[in-house]
Amino acid sequence: MENNFLSIIIFAPLAGAAINWLIGRKVRNERFIATVACGSVAISTIVAFYLAFNSHGALRTEEPLFDYIWTWLHVGNFRADFALAMDRLSGTYALFVTFVGFLIHVFAVGYMHGEDGFYRFFAYLNLFMFSMLTLVLADNFVLMFVGWEGVGLCSYLLIGYYIRRKEAGDAAKKAFITNRIGDWGFVLGIMLTFFLTGSVSFFANPAAGEATQTALSFFKNAQVEPFTLGAIFAGGATSVAMLLFIGATGKSAQIPLYVWLPDAMAGPTPVSALIHAATMVTAGVYMIVRCSEFFVHAPTAMFIVAIIGAATALFAATIGLAQNDIKKVLAYSTISQLGYMFLACGVGAFIAAIFHVITHAFFKALLFLGSGSVIHGMHHEQDMRRMGGLKKYMPVTFLTMFAGWLAISGVPFFAGFFSKDEILWKTWSAAGMGSFAKVLWAIGAITAFLTAVYMTRLMVLTFWGEKRFSDAEVHPHESPRSMTIPLIVLAVLSTVGGFIGVPYAFVNRDINVIERTLEPAVAKMPGPEATEHTDEHAHVGEERLLAGVSILIAGLGIWAGLRMFRRRPLLELPRILENKYYVDEIYDKTLIRPIEAGSREGLWKIFDLGVIDGILHALGEAVTELGRLARYLQAGFVRAYAAIILVGALILIGLFAYFGFPLAR
Amino acid sequence: MEPQLSWYLALSAVLFTIGMAGVIIKRNIIAMFMCIELMLNAVNLTFVAFASFFHDVTGQLFVFIVMTVAAAEAAVGLGIIIAIFRNRETLDVDEASILKL
Repeated sequence: MENNFLSIIIFAPLAGAAINWLIGRKVRNERFIATVACGSVAISTIVAFYLAFNSHGALRTEEPLFDYIWTWLHVGNFRADFALAMDRLSGTYALFVTFVGFLIHVFAVGYMHGEDGFYRFFAYLNLFMFSMLTLVLADNFVLMFVGWEGVGLCSYLLIGYYIRRKEAGDAAKKAFITNRIGDWGFVLGIMLTFFLTGSVSFFANPAAGEATQTALSFFKNAQVEPFTLGAIFAGGATSVAMLLFIGATGKSAQIPLYVWLPDAMAGPTPVSALIHAATMVTAGVYMIVRCSEFFVHAPTAMFIVAIIGAATALFAATIGLAQNDIKKVLAYSTISQLGYMFLACGVGAFIAAIFHVITHAFFKALLFLGSGSVIHGMHHEQDMRRMGGLKKYMPVTFLTMFAGWLAISGVPFFAGFFSKDEILWKTWSAAGMGSFAKVLWAIGAITAFLTAVYMTRLMVLTFWGEKRFSDAEVHPHESPRSMTIPLIVLAVLSTVGGFIGVPYAFVNRDINVIERTLEPAVAKMPGPEATEHTDEHAHVGEERLLAGVSILIAGLGIWAGLRMFRRRPLLELPRILENKYYVDEIYDKTLIRPIEAGSREGLWKIFDLGVIDGILHALGEAVTELGRLARYLQAGFVRAYAAIILVGALILIGLFAYFGFPLAR
Repeated sequence: MEPQLSWYLALSAVLFTIGMAGVIIKRNIIAMFMCIELMLNAVNLTFVAFASFFHDVTGQLFVFIVMTVAAAEAAVGLGIIIAIFRNRETLDVDEASILKL
């Protein structure tokens, strides 16, 4: 169904960015800039909710909404339109991206108050919303890639927002370059998709011209590829899936490309909340779920996704345990939670992955904004070792972060509990993984425990205990209302947001809204279909038992955290964790230095200076030498010139005389 | 005895060769200039001779063009000669081998 309102969702933030960039920089009025920025996102939010929930809304019908804007590329069989599509998956994504984005915009108005680059910040932030929504709502791979690059660019611009700080610039470059490696995989994946299926579209859109075979439906009836290492290089669904997954590891900060995300914390805190927690970093998950049709036909790729996801979850959680910068803890926590989402994708629980994306957007945005509020109140102090006892100074921030803490730790009935439990259960019961599923579950469970521990540590160090700063220097204060209201809204969502996905096992009734909504939009795991529902009900007892184990783990983690850090908040943790397993140093030694050395000694000194400059210099010298010889002719003696003319004329006459005169035919 | 075409051509060739040799040998710029005129007029002589013998007026027309160009060239050339003499106080072309004074 065609619906032209869809383009408002993406173009409203773009217009906001343009107005703030062109006019906002002139007026420099914070109220004007904030109204434009928040207003444009508010328009997107309202339109997105209207399009999703009206009587023919995208979340209620089977048919996606389309908005064909123009034919962008059409060469031979290749066709990529600038066209948007809102189906149940992209609709769900658009809803929480616009809504959480709006809240973070409002928060940022308070947080960025008095900054020099106020207009610049909001122009970038709106541009980011445009790119992110383009990524989500694109109806083909190529347009999705445009959004994908757009969010990368905005991420770069916003990480490096504090242009006077060197580490911000370095972090921005690191994020951009690391993402480049992932994008390389994504582009190759798109090319291979086109090569295999002859299409880059997600949906057959009759309104945009001829209905085409789509890239996704091509694999619907295909054979499942064998579970072998060779399948990765065979050039089929597994290869496509692996290439796309490389793209996802870059954008979504998975091993081995996660290193940029912790450094990205150099940007302003609302940016960390919006881009590096709630929306952009989950783009990789979105892309994999969008392409779930490829993945279910590629068991090898699924297996690798699950392993990488689980490994990242555990790895990042252990690092998060020992960080002292409040934002670094949250950054590693984000990486770890993203690992959970990929684990879910890897075991075929695509809906659980999306569910966790949404709840994570709520509670991680909340935690980041809360940390922003703390940093704001502490006059830009980020080291938790110099905080403590902030409970009584910032009660609203404390209470909202309390909700976020319980949600991420997996305390029952908070949002994080349902989604995390869903992932753990789906991992435990994953078909086709055999006993390896239990190993993955164990990793997930350990990660859940560690998550509870490090989040408890963060809370203890920040809000409880003795204050570890001097009153003379720092006067902590509660943040203004534009910051606390988004916190409160997100805290409410973190508390009740999980009820959209209550599993059957808990209430013996089908009230799992998210699963019912997204079921048509994702691919089903191949296998015995008929048993699906009975199967689910048959394992109710097992699922309840595992949920009990989850609760136990969460409780244990919180207890351990309180026990360890309550009395000794500055407890020394293993140095290797604090130094992040020296991964940055290892990358530096094994990759960056050799590449730099190779570029400097080989490409620059030998190839550039030797070969390229050599050829040019040789050409130049040859011309100079010729000129030097020719200069002897130009002696300046008129009679010599006359003699030369004479000789030339004689030669011509001689030639004519010898070969005959052409006119006298 | 009737004058033959070859007589005119021979005379023209002699005049042209004298002029050419003069341009190359003479160092005085005015002498060179006169030699160039001599070459031009040697060519004019062949034109009128051919025109007369072939009863074709084209050759005579061409002579007019050559004479016009030669007149213009004489004006420019004499101007250059005067300029050179004013600057260098000599008419030896070998002295004027560089553009700088």
